[in-house]
Amino acid sequence: MKSLGSIRRSFAPWADPTSKPFISFKNVTKKFGDFIAVDDLSLNIYTREFFALLGASGCGKSTLLRMLAGFEQPTSGEIILDGQNLAGIPPYRRPVNMMFQSYALFPHMTVESNIAFGLKQDGMPKPDIAERVAQMLKLVKLEKFAKRKPHQLSGGQRQRVALARSLAKRPKVLLLDEPLGALDKKLREETQFELMDLQQQLGLTFVVVTHDQEEAMTMADRIAVMSQGKVVQVATPAEIYEAPNSRFVADFIGDVNIFDGTVAATEDGRVRVETAGGVPIRMASSEKLSTGTRAAVAIRPEKIRVTREAPQHAPLNAAEGEIWDIGYLGDMTVFHIRLKDGKVIKASSLNAVRAVEDPLGYDQQVWVSFGEDAGVVLKD
Amino acid sequence: MAKWSRFNIVSIVLGFGFLYLPIVLLVIFSFNESKLVTVWAGFSTRWYAQLWHNQSLLDAAWVTIRVALLSATCATVLGTLAALALVRYTRFRGRVLFSGMVYAPLVMPEVITGLSLLLLFVAVGLDRGFWTITLAHITFTMCFVAVVVQSRLLSFDQSIEEAALDLGATPVRTFFAITLPVIAPAVFSGWMLAFTLSLDDLVISSFTTGPGATTLPMKIYSQVRLGVTPEINAICTILIGVVALGVLVASIVTRHREMQRERDERAAFAAIG
Repeated sequence: MKSLGSIRRSFAPWADPTSKPFISFKNVTKKFGDFIAVDDLSLNIYTREFFALLGASGCGKSTLLRMLAGFEQPTSGEIILDGQNLAGIPPYRRPVNMMFQSYALFPHMTVESNIAFGLKQDGMPKPDIAERVAQMLKLVKLEKFAKRKPHQLSGGQRQRVALARSLAKRPKVLLLDEPLGALDKKLREETQFELMDLQQQLGLTFVVVTHDQEEAMTMADRIAVMSQGKVVQVATPAEIYEAPNSRFVADFIGDVNIFDGTVAATEDGRVRVETAGGVPIRMASSEKLSTGTRAAVAIRPEKIRVTREAPQHAPLNAAEGEIWDIGYLGDMTVFHIRLKDGKVIKASSLNAVRAVEDPLGYDQQVWVSFGEDAGVVLKD
Repeated sequence: MAKWSRFNIVSIVLGFGFLYLPIVLLVIFSFNESKLVTVWAGFSTRWYAQLWHNQSLLDAAWVTIRVALLSATCATVLGTLAALALVRYTRFRGRVLFSGMVYAPLVMPEVITGLSLLLLFVAVGLDRGFWTITLAHITFTMCFVAVVVQSRLLSFDQSIEEAALDLGATPVRTFFAITLPVIAPAVFSGWMLAFTLSLDDLVISSFTTGPGATTLPMKIYSQVRLGVTPEINAICTILIGVVALGVLVASIVTRHREMQRERDERAAFAAIG
């Protein structure tokens, strides 16, 4: 099979102003009584995109998905799918299918009848149904289990039945609600890649809801980070990680060190921030920040260097501290370094060689430093 | 395992004695040769044979069975619908009142239920007989069905209904293809409960009956007032046998299903390794 890399790299319809979105949320609000689950949200999703809605539980991501499936109606705003306004269209007439978190397999039916259920509702002729079911079983590698009932299957097998059932009708959009939530870690990682291959193979649009950032980062073309019913940032995984637009996103995705301070000066594309702990920072930034405003600098642990000697640019972008904790993870080592003012910095370094002469140890005095493009400056 | 203390033995003997001694006596005397109920005169099945020639008793049995079948079926439909409404639509106005009202007949004295139904039938001018008894039985057995079905629905994963809708089934089709098959065992036990309740009801039937519609319990009761005959013992023994058989079959079926399920699950886990 052809590698998907070349397709993936060139796929960016969201950056092209002439491309038409496939799914549009336009100022969608959903209230449950006084509780606002989704708050005036607008969002575009494009054909063949693998789109992830990422957020903590209760952020409104599942409600958004359920509105797309038709189980909930927006309180206001509209949802457009392929040029059609979905308002008032019941779930059984929408060209989308959903894979449920609990899999929601029909317990009284065999694997075969589960997969055939949707096709029967469409009144597809019997031979065609049999053919499609066989095709789906092959796709998810469950040919041998056609006659089993759901309770005779393992968790991973059930997940694949649920996937086959939701794909059987060849929906325009497949919605996945925490599709891998019930699987163990190893199986989850395998399945992530299977899902990505499947999506490319079938050329479908996937919208996946997840609270697992790793899952979203691995699978999605773009991620919408949600909080309290709003989308905080929509971007590719790399952009979300390297250029978070807010403190929330920086903190939510991965590990981060945040230095609070005030803007001391701005000079062509760079900002000088005077931090509370007394570390002067100069950082590249495209943000327009005026002198004296509060700002925060977010730097990922792997972009912080730990050295015994003071770097040349010290004291700029550098601070002295002692090693407080060492976490050895095999592929990398995580250091917790306590600065003079008591702030603990996380730094990680890749263990590129098997043995390091004279490794850094506990209680050692070290310098942490970072380059001028290592972090992002965030408005407070 | 705990040892059998004298206290345990005594409590078991007392418990079972109180429960079953009268029944055992009744069964034994149904096989009595003598016409006198309290004097044993040897084993015989003549009273069972004689039952088949007692037309009024057979008529009463037939009425009872028809009433029970019809009322249990109607009560199951209505009770299931009520349970669905109570579990699913938790946000409608007056839900608490409605659920309270569904359960009220559970604790309502039968005399009051019977009397109020009688007054209603008289007020609307309905001729009392087979149909009024059936209506009355539907009324009081419905709530039992609702309770049984409701408890099943509470543990029902609603996402399977959503999955059916999502796959293109209309709400009506979803109900018949998904919901009903899954809750069928509860619906069936609701029906069984309604059937047995209707079968042995005396008070409400007495209030709502009319000429020509005498149920078996009413017949037995009226005959007993003239003196217990061995025939009565015989028919009661048959009733006990039928009920016991029903309970036995139901429990064997449930047990078998549970064991099957356990076996399947073990097999599934063994397959993963």
